[in-house]
Amino acid sequence: MLDWLAQLGRHGLSFFERLGRGHLLLLALLRGVPGLVLRPLLVVQQVYSIGVLSLLIIVVSGVFVGMVLGLQLYNTLVDFGAEASLGPVIALTLVRELGPVVTALLFAGRAGSALTAEIGLMKATEQLSGMEMMAVDPVKRVLAPRFLGGFIAMPLLAAIFSLVGVYGGYFVGVGLLGVDEGSYWSQMQSMVDFDDDVMNGVIKSLVFGVVVTWIAVFEGNDAVPTSEGVSRATTRTVVHSSLAVLGLDFVLTALMFGVD
Amino acid sequence: MMQVRTVEIWVGVFVAAGLAALFMLAMQVSNLTVVGDDKGYTVTARFENVSGLKVRSPVTVAGVRVGRVTAIEFDPQTFQAVVFMRIGAGFDQLPLDTSAAVLTSGLVGEKYVGLEPGGDMDVLKDGGEIKLTQSTLVLEQMIGKFLFDKAETGKE
Repeated sequence: MLDWLAQLGRHGLSFFERLGRGHLLLLALLRGVPGLVLRPLLVVQQVYSIGVLSLLIIVVSGVFVGMVLGLQLYNTLVDFGAEASLGPVIALTLVRELGPVVTALLFAGRAGSALTAEIGLMKATEQLSGMEMMAVDPVKRVLAPRFLGGFIAMPLLAAIFSLVGVYGGYFVGVGLLGVDEGSYWSQMQSMVDFDDDVMNGVIKSLVFGVVVTWIAVFEGNDAVPTSEGVSRATTRTVVHSSLAVLGLDFVLTALMFGVD
Repeated sequence: MMQVRTVEIWVGVFVAAGLAALFMLAMQVSNLTVVGDDKGYTVTARFENVSGLKVRSPVTVAGVRVGRVTAIEFDPQTFQAVVFMRIGAGFDQLPLDTSAAVLTSGLVGEKYVGLEPGGDMDVLKDGGEIKLTQSTLVLEQMIGKFLFDKAETGKE
């Protein structure tokens, strides 16, 4: 019985320890970000490997999500004779919810896991401690550029996802199912508000970008420096950041759209 | 150095594409372009019933959107709803005796305010009031009235 309690306590303590280390790392990262103005190339390289290389999966999923939305919603809406509302429904779903959330989930799988594995392997092969020996701060040189790169890439990816999805829905709704093109766009424009819908989506994607890259960088930096440790850290990145994104999405949605 | 340059070009393309997507979302998808709400003038109208009308609902003349509802208030003295409408600056030629009606687009669509221009030489100014109004048709009342009429005629 006492053993069981002690184990519970140990788990609790290690959980809070990790939480504390995570926040200390976030502070160090934020302090490291201003110094990157002097070395923009480091950030550019990270935006490339985090953002540009994620572009394909984001665009392809965006098109298919938009097309599926178009098909599904059309079949439901046509029963009510409201297929003219296809445009606004697709646009609102994408801009408010699916754009930021699905992008963040894909981003966690595509870029977050890669970040964790890269940093974890750097740690396992003692590149990070090697840098410290040369008086180069690995947080500033390795972690902060990745953090900033993710922060920049995520909202851009989410915007591309939403736009491509709207065109995917347009292709299916207007091109294949015969919804009127004019009502698709004009209803969309009259229902979607820039400040309330588009900007809130952008804010969501900014928050998700910070959370996913923070978790990825932290897990990599905190990984047990063995091959097994790195693989576990990579798994944890994907699981934890996906859960964090979904949980935070509910909180943000409740804050933005829940209370009038 | 070729490698670095390629990376830089790709990142440039990516950032430009992302910003362009955001711009397109603003222009094509959302209503940023429809009516400049900042410029323009506000008019009010009193209605007996505005059920279903919301803030941000469109205001149209001849089916063309000219502005939007900015606020809906209740006047405790007259028990009427006061609707504030922001009309775009380009539509400042509305006559003083313009009438307003709360209409529905389609059978179950959204409510909007339709303006019907009159023939007065003077035009509505900022803060002006539209005197002639027609309330929204409440479907339940209509059905109730219809059933009542049927019952009445059936009795005779």
